[in-house]
Amino acid sequence: MYTIGIDIGSTACKAVALKDGKEIAGTSVIETGTGTSGPARVYEAVFTSSGIDPKDAARTVVTGYGRLTFEKADSQISELSCHAQGVHFLCPGARTIIDIGGQDAKALKLGPNGSLSSFVMNDKCAAGTGRFLDVMAKILEVSVGELAGLSEKSTERVSISNICTVFAESEVISQLAAGKSRKDIAAGIHMSVANRVAGLARRVGIVPDVVITGGVAQNMGVVRAMSEILNMPIIPAPMPQLTGALGAALLAYGEAIKKSERGIHFE
Amino acid sequence: MKGEYTLNEDKKSSDVLGMLQIEHYQNAFEKKMDGKPVGWLTSLFPQEIVEALDLDYVYPENHCCAVAARKESPKFIDIAEGEGYSVDLCAYARLNLGYTEEGYAESLTIPLPDFICCCNNICNEVIKWYENLSKKLGIPMIMIDIPYNDMYYPDQARVDYIRDQLEYAIGQLEKVAGRKMDYDRLREVMRISNENSKAWSEAMSYLKNKPSPMNGFNLFNYMALIVCARGKASSKEVFDLLAEEHKQLSIEGKTKFKGEEEYRVMWDGIAVWPFLGFTAKTLIKNGINMNASTYPDAFAIQYDNLTLEGMAKGYAGSANTRCIEYHIDGRSGLMQKMKCDGALYHMNRSCKVWDMMQYTIAKGTSEKTGKPYAIFDGDQADPRGFSEAQFSTRIDGLKEVMAENKKEG
Repeated sequence: MYTIGIDIGSTACKAVALKDGKEIAGTSVIETGTGTSGPARVYEAVFTSSGIDPKDAARTVVTGYGRLTFEKADSQISELSCHAQGVHFLCPGARTIIDIGGQDAKALKLGPNGSLSSFVMNDKCAAGTGRFLDVMAKILEVSVGELAGLSEKSTERVSISNICTVFAESEVISQLAAGKSRKDIAAGIHMSVANRVAGLARRVGIVPDVVITGGVAQNMGVVRAMSEILNMPIIPAPMPQLTGALGAALLAYGEAIKKSERGIHFE
Repeated sequence: MKGEYTLNEDKKSSDVLGMLQIEHYQNAFEKKMDGKPVGWLTSLFPQEIVEALDLDYVYPENHCCAVAARKESPKFIDIAEGEGYSVDLCAYARLNLGYTEEGYAESLTIPLPDFICCCNNICNEVIKWYENLSKKLGIPMIMIDIPYNDMYYPDQARVDYIRDQLEYAIGQLEKVAGRKMDYDRLREVMRISNENSKAWSEAMSYLKNKPSPMNGFNLFNYMALIVCARGKASSKEVFDLLAEEHKQLSIEGKTKFKGEEEYRVMWDGIAVWPFLGFTAKTLIKNGINMNASTYPDAFAIQYDNLTLEGMAKGYAGSANTRCIEYHIDGRSGLMQKMKCDGALYHMNRSCKVWDMMQYTIAKGTSEKTGKPYAIFDGDQADPRGFSEAQFSTRIDGLKEVMAENKKEG
């Protein structure tokens, strides 16, 4: 049986096709979020990548902020449960999840069975989120994907003290003007994001294993900085951007099984 | 006597509430047109001393709620910011200072004041706000300073300090009123105030029932009366009617909450007035009823004895003057009494004194009750300080944790 999980975020759409609730059959990521063509494209792309005919999908669950406007799913589930499920599937030992997305950051605390016990989300501003890195990468004239590699070469990290994205942007420009190297500034930028999010994690109460998810978890510079601040290993989730969609696909599988037990037949 | 209505079986508390609110503002305008002084009071100024001198008064904070809820706040906020008031100041202050320039609002107009009464038990910024009003309008400002309580209960030194200030303020208000204080009348007003506070608490106590008889957001409407008219005899009728309505609904196992009350939460902080409908509907959509709130309870002042000493004691421990431990105990007790599944904290950009304590209070209360919480950013009157999407995602999260807790029993 195939089930589909779609995660429609603010800046990207993600999808996972799952076989029998166990095996990932295909994935897709489109880097535009809700309100764009992203949701339709990611849905189409996951069938292409998995080779599954849409008719063979037993059930589709959608999650993420844009879930309410997506019409092709059988049900909607809010995102924290999906992230928790997805991470529990990939890293069963996870007790704390740090999720850094495009416009928000959150820390989740899980019970031993992967159930959600508490959560904390970022304040109103975009500090400590993917958007902060987008802005900084632009000033450093690299792509977001290149930031981590750049910071790896740092020898003397530059401190970026401003929390506000706009003020930090000016601060980075000043540091560049003062002749500081881009690699040292990149390291400072990662530390700034990590500092901000570590505060959230501490508020929720850190219990190992700590797993990091969301698009920003692909940036090893942030992961290293987070590990340094919290003084413990931080495990980047495999497919960190896809944990929400994976959780949705897992929950879709659970729903499909429940319904088939009740005698509802899926094509 | 103004505002007197006789209780009859056909009346609904909401109708009487509406009439009293209209009358509240009408009276103020009539007084103003008769050339009598009208005052502006901060929400927790000891109104009994003003009422006992038969002075009329309105509340800028309540006015701000009405203007903001009817989406008219940006106009006045812009005027104030144009005058140089910082965006970081309280939105009520900016709205009111802007309104003072115009003197008219489509949503609700209140007369400009001839005297102002300020009490800093709600916040300290209000002192500067009122000082500026006093200077701008050239009118007297009567100030009562309530010290912060770093210990659990206010001590006698604080009570003495407040009592002396009350005596001094009465002298100032006697000059405004052009008459001497009738202390028998003051005792009577304090007695009424006590009764109203009890009747209000009684009406609210039914919210602990399952289902809670009230959609919690309605509580904000009734709260206007305990703020504006807790010293007026007419208010008691509304609270008595409300208590009776709640009692009847509870007996029948019914609720005014639309939909099924799956979860119950405590709301901490002032309402997001410009988004009152959105916040209420989002909770309803998720089956969450706000059946407890710290905000309305803050206005039910009780006096041990009907003297200035008793009044000083009542106000010495009011609102935001209490220490963090007291706030945590109060919220934990409230959540347990009202059988709440979680708590929702409004991190209100306007209200620094409250927000400064909120992280610690939220964490401490959650540890004490074992119940989850969510904090969301917003503002009481400036619509620029709130994001619907962020509110929704936090409600989603809170609901998910409450659902997990229910599963685990």
